[in-house]
Amino acid sequence: MSVSPSPERRVLRLARPYVGRLLLAGVLAAGTELAGLALMATATWLLITAAGQPPVAALTVAIVSVRALAIGRGVLRYTERLAGHDAVLRIITEVRARVFATLAARREQARSGDALSRLVSDVDAVQDLLLRVLVPGAAAAAVGALALAGATAVSPPAALALAGGLLVAGVALPAPPTAQTRRPPDRAAPRRAPPPADAIDLTHGAADLAAFGATGTALDAASGRARELATLERRLAAGGGGAAGAGVRAAGPTPPAVVAAAHSAGVDGVLVGVLAVGTLAAVEACLALVTAARQHTELRAGLRRVADLLDPPALADRTGDAPTKLRDVTVRYRSDGPPALDGVTLDLPPGHRIGIVGPSGAGKSTLLRVLAESAAPSAVGGLLADAHVFHATVRENLVLGRADATDDDLAAACATAGLLDWVREQPDGWDTVVGEDGGQLSGGQRQRLALARAVLLDPAVLVLDEPTEGLDPSAADRVLAAVVAGARGTVVLVTHRLRGLAGFDHILVLDSGRVVQQGRHAELVEAPGWYRDQWLAQETAERGYLSAA
Amino acid sequence: MSRRPFDPRLLRRVPATRRQFSALGALGIAAGVVVIAQATALATLLAAAADGRLDRPALAAFVAAVAARAGVVWGQGVVAARAAATVKAALRTELLGSVGTRGPAWVAGQRAGEVATLAGRGLDALDAYFTGYLPQLVLSVTVPVAVLARLTFADWSSALIVAVTLPLIPIFGALLGWQAQAATERQWRRLSMLGGHFLDMVAGLPTLRAFGRVRAQVEVVRRMADGHRVATMRTLRIAFLSALALELVATLSVALVAVPVGLRLLSGGLTLQTALLVLLLAPEAYLPLRAAGAKFHASMEGLSALDQSFGLIGDPPARPAATASVPAGEIRLERVTVEYERGVALRDVSLVIRPGERVALIGPSGAGKSTLLGLVLGFVTPTSGRVLVGGVDLATADLDGWRRQLAWVPQRAHLFASSLADNIRLGARNASDEQVRIALKAAVLDEVVDALPDGLDTVLGERGHGLSSGQRQRLALARAFLRDAQILLLDEPTARLDAASEAAVLAATRRLVAGRTALLVAHRPALLAEADRVIRVEGGRVTADSPVGAPA
Repeated sequence: MSVSPSPERRVLRLARPYVGRLLLAGVLAAGTELAGLALMATATWLLITAAGQPPVAALTVAIVSVRALAIGRGVLRYTERLAGHDAVLRIITEVRARVFATLAARREQARSGDALSRLVSDVDAVQDLLLRVLVPGAAAAAVGALALAGATAVSPPAALALAGGLLVAGVALPAPPTAQTRRPPDRAAPRRAPPPADAIDLTHGAADLAAFGATGTALDAASGRARELATLERRLAAGGGGAAGAGVRAAGPTPPAVVAAAHSAGVDGVLVGVLAVGTLAAVEACLALVTAARQHTELRAGLRRVADLLDPPALADRTGDAPTKLRDVTVRYRSDGPPALDGVTLDLPPGHRIGIVGPSGAGKSTLLRVLAESAAPSAVGGLLADAHVFHATVRENLVLGRADATDDDLAAACATAGLLDWVREQPDGWDTVVGEDGGQLSGGQRQRLALARAVLLDPAVLVLDEPTEGLDPSAADRVLAAVVAGARGTVVLVTHRLRGLAGFDHILVLDSGRVVQQGRHAELVEAPGWYRDQWLAQETAERGYLSAA
Repeated sequence: MSRRPFDPRLLRRVPATRRQFSALGALGIAAGVVVIAQATALATLLAAAADGRLDRPALAAFVAAVAARAGVVWGQGVVAARAAATVKAALRTELLGSVGTRGPAWVAGQRAGEVATLAGRGLDALDAYFTGYLPQLVLSVTVPVAVLARLTFADWSSALIVAVTLPLIPIFGALLGWQAQAATERQWRRLSMLGGHFLDMVAGLPTLRAFGRVRAQVEVVRRMADGHRVATMRTLRIAFLSALALELVATLSVALVAVPVGLRLLSGGLTLQTALLVLLLAPEAYLPLRAAGAKFHASMEGLSALDQSFGLIGDPPARPAATASVPAGEIRLERVTVEYERGVALRDVSLVIRPGERVALIGPSGAGKSTLLGLVLGFVTPTSGRVLVGGVDLATADLDGWRRQLAWVPQRAHLFASSLADNIRLGARNASDEQVRIALKAAVLDEVVDALPDGLDTVLGERGHGLSSGQRQRLALARAFLRDAQILLLDEPTARLDAASEAAVLAATRRLVAGRTALLVAHRPALLAEADRVIRVEGGRVTADSPVGAPA
């Protein structure tokens, strides 16, 4: 593998279309600092000169410039902030789109909540790199260089003293934070993890802890860990504040050094004052580099992660017609592990109802996934395992199935899935927001929503992975019958409930990735094997339940 | 809504911070003194330099003042960060502790997520408030006061102008700030929604892929992010504009001070040293107020985290001392009614469960079966009526002691982010490895554990990440086996299991209930075989209660 460019460079490559705006922001930032420096220098000159009681005319230019600089500084700062934020937010838009496209192209499974929220803060790292590191850093460097040039024009020895101060403020000081802060966060990181995990355990697990009399123990352990983290944070605080204090301390001796140097070089008294005050402002501006360096160190890890997501491969949606047969499918999730599917052949005559059953881990969901990925979603699709419900309206969730669906289409699909009555009861109807991952819905409603979306898709081959999970038995039978009856094409159903398979054209029994039995329901219940055992167990139990009920 | 910059409840709730706040105040006063010393020394130095002299004592004083200022800045940073750490730890403990004292019913539903987020990363927002805003807030009081005092001493007319113009900053800040804050809070909701949108899209990628909408969605993400930019810029423009206005107010105020000083200097009515001192000090008076205002937006998140925490912690409920120990005996519900905010869960239910009985509860979902279990566990308090165990009312009973007689297998057991062994030992911390092994085998989980590379030491991820629903359910059963309690409460232990796992769990359950009192909520039929009495619950009432095997 070739050496890849630094994450900063990869992020900046994205910024190229906006380089003009960024440059403008940098120039304006430098202008703001320079205006502040010039304001202090001119005002000092004005006062010291005025003390000599010259004619007022000699001061007019300086008086006007002080006013202009005072107002100009504010206006420059305002425009700089607007220009900077605008440029950066435009770049962030691009970053988000690219990160999304890259993740979309990677065919990985759903991510955990923690990984997701880290992704968001990683994207924010790009924003901070530009806004808090690059722009202020460049401006500080420019101000330092210009101040140095100005000082050299007045008195080279004084400039030498200033150069020393600037080197300390702008180079030597930013370096230690880079080295110093690199370690402590690393040490804090593993201990920073427990509080969120403890918080989840003590809230979501509150009932379990109470029932098993373990609340006190868990609470003690959690507050112990919180105290440990606090102790560590308190210790780190000494180092963090140290850098800022060191900056001020380093800045301090510079003006006196400049004064002493200028004085001994025989510079005019007025200019000595101007140099001293200008030095104070220049060193202060360069101290921004310390903060920038600190920020940069904190951002590196996030930048590195996000930089890997900035070059999306070409995205192609799946195409192809519905297959009529899957031949000899073998899938292995790990090269050294046992196959999840081992030479499975699946016939899909148009219009047939096909059931796939078997113990958990037999490869049923894997087979559906292979089938769904074999053709365009409009040809093969439906309800797969881990269907996500988006934090949007009912309508927006449904039209994923068919973009141009009318309200009548939505109503028909929801009626089939048994969701229509609920939608009608909602004050906002189709525009009811369902909450994060459907959190505002009950488990059954969420499942029905996902199912209605699959019905709306209406593909040539409708695949359904446990479509009635979370519904009570009688509702499950009703909904499943309606969906199967309403499908215009082939139906492939994965289920653990054998009721409702009686009318199916073909049933496959999978075990450990292999087809162990197949046929129609009537044949399978006659033959000894997994299917018959399950059928009898489920029926006996169900009959007992119904009679008791 | 305007918020106070400092929440006085902090001092009351977290007494440990009082010392740190006093230290911050002392450092603020020191900062005021140092600012004056530095300006005085510099003015003396420059005035001497203008005469062509090098004032060595002033030079030394200036260097000393700068060193002292560095010390004060460092001290403020350290104290603020320490205060932040202390407050975060204390609030974390209090938040989680309040869950413990109020019981699981209080935290059920949405509130669990709210508390978890807050006690997790939400409180980290306090860092910015403590290290960024609070020190500035202190400085904005001490430094202007110090500067005014020094100016009064040096040139009272300048001091007068500063004193009159200084309030303009908070007044303008309040006027503009309220405007900006209202706009910010309106935007805030929209912004977080847009931020959440990106997250939601990434989380739903597999589904988008399944519907062939990924390519179209890239454009949607771009469009939404662009909408985010436009909305953010609108907010920022207002915020920046108010900052500009404040800066101009400060600049004009300094000009009001500087012009007469210059004129008096020209006419010889003022020494250069005093003039320089006024010029150096005047801006220092306005600066901390502006800096605090600029950081207020950043601190808002921290303040609302504080507010939310105090709101959630509230005042601990005064629960009467309930210490009656519960003897073994029958469980009796006497005319129990339970009302929740959203409706009535149980109406006037009376029933008796005798020791050794195995009772199945059946009925449609939402009928009140889980509420019945909650009553027996003491999680749910009856709105009217009583729950008696062996003649003792649970309302006055020592609940921890009572629960020691119980083992509970909930519908969806929570798995803790620790090792498998710790999870199984939840109700029997001192159980030996051998006992854990036996419980594992009884719950038909031993093969699963043996297949894991780290076996019982396998650390589970957030909420049991890494186990299937069937395996989690069996883990919950293993907990109950190890608990070895006389009374079992099982809430649909075979829900979400496929037939094969269901058979395994059923066999385990059969062994578990043998010889014990059991209350089984059964949605799925297979469990009924274990019961010798079936109670049907519908719409919050018991509608049938019959022994199994009796003619229907």
